[in-house]
Amino acid sequence: MSIDFLMLLKQEMMLIVIIFILMFLKLGKDRSNESYMTIVNALLLANVVIGFFGNEEGVLFAEMFRTNKLMVLEKNILNLGMLIISMQSFVWLKTHKHVPEFYILLLSTMLGMFFMISAGNLLMFYLGLELSTIPLAAAANFDLAKRRSSEAAMKLIFSSAFSSSLLLFGISLIYGTTGTLIFSQIPLHLGNNPLQIFAFILLLAGLAFKISVAPFHLWTADVYEGAPVAVTSFLSVVSKGAVLFVFVSVLYTVFKPLAGAWYNMLFILSLLTIIIGNLFAIRQDNFKRFLAFSSIAQVGFILVGISGSSTFGSASVVYFVLIYVFSNLAAFGVISLVSSITGNESISNYRGFYKTNPVLSWILTLALFSLAGVPPTAGFFGKFFLLFAGAGKGNYWFITIAALNMIISFYYYLRIVKAIFMDENDHPIPRVLIPLMPRLALYTCIAGVLAVGFISYIYDYIHSLSRGM
Amino acid sequence: MNLSLLIIIPLLTAVGVLCCRESKQVRTISLLGAIVQLALSLFLLFQYSQSHVVTSSDMMFQSSYNWFKPLNINYHIGVDGISIAMILLTACIVVAGVLISWTTEKLSKEYFFLLMLLSVGAYGFFISLDLFTLFFFLEVAVIPKFLLIGIWGSGRKEYSAMKLVLMLMGGSALVFVGIAGLYWNASTWDILQIAQTPLPIHIQKIFFPFAFIGFGVFTALFPFHTWVPDGHSSAPTAASMFLAGISMKLGGYGCLRVATYLMPDAAHAYSWIIILLATIAIIYGAFATMMQTDLKYINAYSSVSHCGFVLLGIGMLTKTSINGAVLQMVSHGLMTALFFATIGMIYSRTHTRLVAQLGGLLKVTPFISTVFVIAGLCSLGLPGLSGFVAEMTVFMGSWQNPDKSYRLATILACASIVVTAVYILRATGKTIMGPISSTYETLNDARWNEKLAAGILIIGIVIIGVAPFLINQLIGPGTDEIVTKVLGTVNP
Repeated sequence: MSIDFLMLLKQEMMLIVIIFILMFLKLGKDRSNESYMTIVNALLLANVVIGFFGNEEGVLFAEMFRTNKLMVLEKNILNLGMLIISMQSFVWLKTHKHVPEFYILLLSTMLGMFFMISAGNLLMFYLGLELSTIPLAAAANFDLAKRRSSEAAMKLIFSSAFSSSLLLFGISLIYGTTGTLIFSQIPLHLGNNPLQIFAFILLLAGLAFKISVAPFHLWTADVYEGAPVAVTSFLSVVSKGAVLFVFVSVLYTVFKPLAGAWYNMLFILSLLTIIIGNLFAIRQDNFKRFLAFSSIAQVGFILVGISGSSTFGSASVVYFVLIYVFSNLAAFGVISLVSSITGNESISNYRGFYKTNPVLSWILTLALFSLAGVPPTAGFFGKFFLLFAGAGKGNYWFITIAALNMIISFYYYLRIVKAIFMDENDHPIPRVLIPLMPRLALYTCIAGVLAVGFISYIYDYIHSLSRGM
Repeated sequence: MNLSLLIIIPLLTAVGVLCCRESKQVRTISLLGAIVQLALSLFLLFQYSQSHVVTSSDMMFQSSYNWFKPLNINYHIGVDGISIAMILLTACIVVAGVLISWTTEKLSKEYFFLLMLLSVGAYGFFISLDLFTLFFFLEVAVIPKFLLIGIWGSGRKEYSAMKLVLMLMGGSALVFVGIAGLYWNASTWDILQIAQTPLPIHIQKIFFPFAFIGFGVFTALFPFHTWVPDGHSSAPTAASMFLAGISMKLGGYGCLRVATYLMPDAAHAYSWIIILLATIAIIYGAFATMMQTDLKYINAYSSVSHCGFVLLGIGMLTKTSINGAVLQMVSHGLMTALFFATIGMIYSRTHTRLVAQLGGLLKVTPFISTVFVIAGLCSLGLPGLSGFVAEMTVFMGSWQNPDKSYRLATILACASIVVTAVYILRATGKTIMGPISSTYETLNDARWNEKLAAGILIIGIVIIGVAPFLINQLIGPGTDEIVTKVLGTVNP
């Protein structure tokens, strides 16, 4: 029993152990930031590696907690994202006063996400969600001297509180109409009861807040802009990825009986999200705001895939998030380096970037191409499979509009490529030296961006895991 | 022969270019790679003609690997005569393009890398027998153009680069919907399998417009031709050659192989629209060319007109006309690449492309001027050069279609040749004849690399012009197969 218990909770346990190690280190003698970060990165690396071994399926605590291979894989993707972010924030954290606290906060958030992904009960789910939100708001405030950072934290906590209350209301209505909170029981009691559909809408709205689906996206840009780059990338990749994983599994399993209702909702929400994200991304000059809106559009494309409601849909979402981790983090990595060394965060500063920083320029360009979905980068495969899954329902006008929206997204991604390669600038960003840690992280991302698409084994594996859903 | 070599060689060349340090090494490696590509495609032609039964239309040298198994995606490649003709065209233009850019000093490593990447896309597109692979390579061939035009171009280069890429990406978005629709109705991405089991006509009628218009954007289908003049005129010489010689052919090939071949009934039903648009493109392109004063714009607008013949040939749906369409693709590819190469040579010496400012170049640069005349005569359809053969075949084929309004379209298209003659002769006369301005009296004639580039393209033009039966034998079985699909299903 106890061995089983440990094996099933392996990834959660690992995180808890790392958090405790960090706390003890903090209690001990003062260390330099660099030694802290070396230790943390080694631990996170071990965490990613161990995550891939000895995976089992099972249920614990009276169905409060369940796990299977797909969930383990999803958590591993998040672990990988965390490792990359940690390595990329090396330059920024080097001079920061509170390095261990930063990691403790982010890892607690991760812990919440893991429990949320593995939740088998709506209360467990809610608990995980809260644990994944509150430390994140504290982390958003981590540029302690900057007022914008506090503002971002404030906005994040308010909007999260609001969405949590919507979720809770939805959960209580579900409990009221079905008499159960357990995921495996709920579908048996769902029907075309209007109150249940109302409850579902509340739940959907709560989750839509977290992944910034339009019209619930308004907090995104401000929070992304104000928070430190490391936290922004965590928000846009890890946090969003976790909620998307839950979103898919909850829709496909718990709310399967209501598929007729949510299919139409997703259809409208996804088009709205793509269009709003695209149109707002065109005019941004701050790089982080720009990525905020572009990530809104990306979520819209993910919803297209989800609306296919098939094994293809679920597999393509997980696959896309994996690719998104690499491509978005590559872009954030470059921005993080440039912003922490030179302080430049606006796109117009990147004019003539290629003359001074050819390597970073190519990395950024590849990342943007991958986000735009241009072959031979992995993003092409991800987008193709998402739209392909969406077309499975035979709703071709929907797919046509989504596909044509990709042209708009090409425009704004290429605008940055143009600034980097073609625009003249008398004072381009000076040459940025890349320390070892961020260099490794960036190369990992680029390897992912170039390879994940061609290695079809990865997609096959995800697909085989999604089949059971 | 292993067809994957056609992708691997340019890819290796591209990687090799990246590893170089000096621009001299860069161009040597690119030229070597390009020559190996040309040798490979000639070898392919040789093997094809050896092992090929004249009447069979089978895809040769097929190989297939599972790529994404759950999605049924295979890396399936194979060639027939049409693809081989396109591959030869691509290989010739790549060699000529590398030679023409011999003196590029600005970021030469990136420049040749992108050229090679473009050729990877083109070869991959022409050998794909799987719709996913085909689409993948189609998009690979688009993005390098943005950087090529935006960085090394001239004039309003950023505007043109953006316009070109967005329009082509819009085209490929439509193609995506077309092929996704094909997959969800036929449950396979494989071109040969879809062709064997025809889809119901109402399905074809939905997806044919997506695929045809999508590919049509690439080949300057009216009214989606507006990227052509801007893109061509802003691009650096080799990129213009690639654009007009290769990229526009991707569209024509796609219209034929994907849209018409896989959805023959819809092609039949919609042929009148294709013909209408093609006729407009031919006439509009020809008249628009008359008004141009810049040599590159002249060639770009005349490309709109000439590519109209390709679409006209496809729309007429007779064996001869489709043969003519393929011939016109090859011929226009070679001819327009030659034209752009010559314009590039003239521009690099005189630093102007305006017809009014040029004159008398024949006296100082006899080689370049002669090539210019050859390209011009080919464009207006002089017998003995490829343009005549191709256009004649299209006209003959179109006339075979007995419908009266189609014949009217044919007559109108024929009439455009007169306009072509006017603008070509006028441009040629003003550029190379007449008094020479004193500033141009000291110009040098073509260097070895330019002579070689022009030579390769001229050889292609003359071979097709003098011995058209050679290429007819090559592409005949392939077009036969497509025509039987189209006519066979309508009149069983």
